[in-house]
Order: sequence, then C-alpha cells, then structure tokens
Amino acid sequence: MIVFLLRRLLGMAVVLLVMSFVVYGLIGLMPGDPIDLMVLSNPGMTAADADRLRALHGLDQPLIARYWRWLIAALNGDFGFSRVYARPVLDIVGPALWQTTKLVALTLAISSILAIALGIRSAIRPGGKFDTLISFVSFAGISIPSFWLALILILAFAVGLGWLPASGMGRPGEGGFWDSARYLILPVATLVIANLGGVTRYARSSMIETLRMDFIRTARAKGAREPRVVLRHAFPNALTSVITVIGVNFGTLFSGALITETMFAQRGLGKTIYDAILGNDFNLALVALLFATFATLIGNLLADIAYAWLDPRISVT
Amino acid sequence: MRSNRLESEPGPSRLASPLALEVDGLSVDFSSHEGNKRVVDGVSYAIARGQTLGVVGESGCGKSMTALALLGLVPKQGCVTGRISVSGQGLSEIAIDEWPEIRGKRIAMVFQEPMTALNPAMRIGDQIAEVLHLHEGLSWKEARERAVEELRLVGIPSPAERANAYPHQLSGGMRQRVVIAMALACRPDVLIADEPTTALDVTIQAQILELMQRLQDEIGMAVQFISHNLAVVSEIADDVIVMYAGQIVERASADELFSNPLHPYTQGLIATLPKIENRQDELPVIPGMVPRLDGTLKGCRFAGRCVKADSECHALIPVLRSISPGHDVACHKVRP
Repeated sequence: MIVFLLRRLLGMAVVLLVMSFVVYGLIGLMPGDPIDLMVLSNPGMTAADADRLRALHGLDQPLIARYWRWLIAALNGDFGFSRVYARPVLDIVGPALWQTTKLVALTLAISSILAIALGIRSAIRPGGKFDTLISFVSFAGISIPSFWLALILILAFAVGLGWLPASGMGRPGEGGFWDSARYLILPVATLVIANLGGVTRYARSSMIETLRMDFIRTARAKGAREPRVVLRHAFPNALTSVITVIGVNFGTLFSGALITETMFAQRGLGKTIYDAILGNDFNLALVALLFATFATLIGNLLADIAYAWLDPRISVT
Repeated sequence: MRSNRLESEPGPSRLASPLALEVDGLSVDFSSHEGNKRVVDGVSYAIARGQTLGVVGESGCGKSMTALALLGLVPKQGCVTGRISVSGQGLSEIAIDEWPEIRGKRIAMVFQEPMTALNPAMRIGDQIAEVLHLHEGLSWKEARERAVEELRLVGIPSPAERANAYPHQLSGGMRQRVVIAMALACRPDVLIADEPTTALDVTIQAQILELMQRLQDEIGMAVQFISHNLAVVSEIADDVIVMYAGQIVERASADELFSNPLHPYTQGLIATLPKIENRQDELPVIPGMVPRLDGTLKGCRFAGRCVKADSECHALIPVLRSISPGHDVACHKVRP
C-alpha cells in the first residue's frame, strides 16, 4: 500500500511537471506578452523602453530558458506575481482553491449519496413506477443547462422567496458559519442537480447488471432476504464502477464549475483560470491550471484507493 | 448451539417420513405476448433420504427450471403449479416471505459455475458463516468458527487460513468445495446439484463427486443431481429420470435405465455416448431440435425427432406408465 502510494505520488509529480511545461509552452506561444500590453496601455513608451523591459524580465530569452527559470523558482516556492492583481499568485489561487474545494466536496458528497440511493431503488424494479419517474427526472437533470438552472434557482429562492443570497461568497471573517454556508447552498444545489442524473443512471445500470449475476442467485438460494441480497451482496460489487464515475466528476468539477461559479459570483478555480487567461495574467493562469490538474489527479487517486478497498481482486501493490 | 444441531441431525423425527422430497404435478408456465409456454409440464417424483436422483436431459428440457421451482426462485414472470413437500412439509402453500427460511436450510443448491457462484467481494468464510447466521441464529463469531469446520469437512487444506481468502484466490475445484460447504452448512434435507461438475476438469470432477457421495453418507440428505452427463449420472445416481421438453419421459433405477433403456429418446442419448472400445469416426446424434413449447403441439413431444413415430404419436400425448416394476416410460411404442 505504501509502495503503491509512493509510486502514484511520483507519477503525479511527473504528470504535473509535464503539464507545467505544456501549459507554459502554450502560453508562451500565444501572441503578445505582458510588455506588449504595457506598451498598448502607455503611449509614452518607446520600442527601446519595451526591449529594455523585456531584457529586465528575461522575456527576450528562449522559451526553454524562461521555463527553466520559472521551474526553479516554483520549486523554491516562488510562483510569481499576478499581473492583474499585483499580488503573489498563491494569494489568489489559495482562496479560490479552498472555495472550489468546498463547492466540489459538498456537491460530490450530496450527489453521490442521493444518486446511489436512487439508483439502487430504481434497479430493484427496473421499469417500475419509481424507476420510470427517476429515469425521467434524471434525463431532465442531464439535459437542463446549468446556467438556466442557476437562473431559475436564483429567481425562485433569492428573488422570489428571498431566503438565500443571489450570489457572492460572504465577507471573510464576518458573520458565522451559517452566513457563509448560505452563499453555498444555491451553487451546490445547481451542481448537484446537474450531476445527479448521470450518476444515478450509472448507479442504476451497474446495480441492475450486478443483480443479474450468479452470486446473487446463490445469495437468494442461501436464504438471504431481499434487503440483504441487495445491500450486502449486490451493492458493494456495483459500487466499484460508480466510484470511477465519481472520481472522473471530481476532476471535471474542479475546473469545470466555471458557469456555476460565474452565475453565483463565486471566486473559484474555474472562474480564476478563465479570468486569468482572458486578462493575459499568465502566471496566475499557469498556477491555477496546475492546481486544477493536481486536484484531478488526487480525485483519480482517491477513486483507485476506494476501488481496491471495495474489490479484493484489485490489488494496490 | 450444539444441542440445537443434534436435534436437526438425522433422528427418529425425520426418519418418520422417509421421503425427503416429494414433487407432484409440478408445472412452470411463462406467459408472454407470444402466448403461454409450459417449460416444466406435470413433473412428479420423490427422493428418499440418503438417495440420489439423477435428472438428465439436454439443454432447455426444464431440468434447471424444476430445480429453481423447488427453491421458489423461478423468475417473477413464471407461474408455478403443483405440490412440493420436503420431509412431509408442503411448500406450495407457504407465503413468499417464508421461502428464505426454507432456502439453504431445508433445501440447498449447488450451482454449475463455481467461478461466478460466489460473491467476489466477500471472504469465503463469511459467505459460509452467513448461512449459519441466517438459519441457525449463530452470532457472526460463532458462525465464522463453524464455517472453518465446514471448510475442513469439504477437504479444504488449512481451513482457518483459507476462510479469509476471497473467491478469486481459489481454484475452480476449491471454489466448488466452498459452494458445497455453503449448501450443506445447515444440513439440509435435500441438496439440489445443478451440473455441479460440468465446469470442472475431469480429475477435479471425480474428486467433487466423491466428496458429494461421502457427505451424503455422513449427512444423509437426499440429492437431486442434475446433469446432461450420462456417465456421471450412471455413477452417482440410484434412480434416474429422463426429461424431454419439460416432461418426464422415462424413470427407472440407474442400473435398469442404462442396461435397458426403453424410450427412444433415452436410447438416443445413450447411443450418443462415445465408447472407447469401438472407434467411431463420427459420433451419433439425435436429429432435429427440441420443439417450441407454445401449446400448439399435439401428441408426443419427441415425435418429430423419433424414428419410430407414427400417426398415433403425432395425435395422442403418451402418459408415463409402468412397463415393469420400477420402470416407467411415456411412449406409445413401448408396451409392457
């Protein structure tokens, strides 16, 4: 197990290294650099001034050399400054990462529990009333665009009923836990509804498949009653494939909750990456993307560990 | 616990009814939009304690469905009629939620595929302990201890360690031993073995058959041994019924049936067995296919494939009747 973890962590470091080079390279290939922007915004600057500034910041050097310098600095804990915010990148990415972690963790926990429960219940009688209803709702959930859903939720709960704030994150340090939690309810609800359908369908089909297996018949022939057959025998075996989907969702949500984060003015990782790319804030985009990659890798690692824990045929050595 | 067990060991109370299993007029129907299909049709037989009944027939003849009916495990769409009783207790009237108390305790089953019959995510010791926990009210700890004993009984080496193994860590023969241990853990009155050796290679087959016979001698349960393998059946069974298209076509003691098969289908089955003394270039086959069982068929169900069939066979359904003591055949062409 320890060997497995060490090997996986090493693999993750390699992936991050490669990713950092690829992202750095792609950003370097984009037309324009920070100095061009300064020239544009300051008509008093001459071409000679620009060249001096480039030499000062090392921008006249080849891409590889610049990357190497960045990497050495980053490994020493210096990720550089954000151009737009004029603050260290980590000061921006840190809170964004924390915000997104809260959002994703809550979303995954709620949607997984609900989806698994609904999936199991549907699979007990496929084609029955409950299953038909849940299938309909799932497809509706999959089909509804999240920006529309966010708008409807804001209309209903913020504008109409006035129960919850329409957007924002609350001021840090002010108000209690409940106050900051209130700001999370609608974004989490949006993401849960968008996520639930897919995972429910997956849990359902995986459960139906498992319930057809021979060992389920054996369990019944033993005299196990139906709840026991479903929960003790079928469920752990069906869960493995659901875990995979949840693991994939983990990564997608981290950088992909952009629309929801935008709708609810949540300064999360997706929104930060998007703004940074639009604002030519290369350092910030680079580091935020690397953190998103890291989160995805962690998600996969957790899924693999859960997998091995559930299915004794998979060993993690 | 021990005293409880002793009471359920073969004792005078059980010997009062020497018949462990009685099946009378058992039918299983499946209705679909294409009409009604009768996959098991009026099957009757009985097995005494300690005896083995072989059930032979080709795939789809209803032998496995008969077995599922005995456990109340026929799929929901199926309709079971007829009478089943175990050691004198009728099972036809019991409510659906009483079935789990019968399964695994009074009637147990060994399945064909040891590779898939065990839960891959559960330790084998726990899978055996589960039966004991469910039926004998043992705590999990006691049940696990008993499970180790059961593993020893079926000849698994170092059972205490093996109890912690998962199914994928065992060979096919070992897994079938586990399935047998699970089936016999509560000392059932009746054991149904549905092709228990078909998925195993030949040397392992012999070991498993030997094990089943030894355990039958020790426990004294009745065994219904389902197989399409006539050689295996001739070795292990006391009596044999031959099924064709959901019906019993011939019934006799194993010796009688294999030395003097009377039904053309049985004769055909025995003729298809390859014999080592006369080398054959081509193995004999019974021509034709099992007919569709949609109720439109008149007369003998085997008539379409039978060399002896005439107009009577196509018009009238033959009934199972006694030709000589202990030998019943359902065929118009066989007279006492």
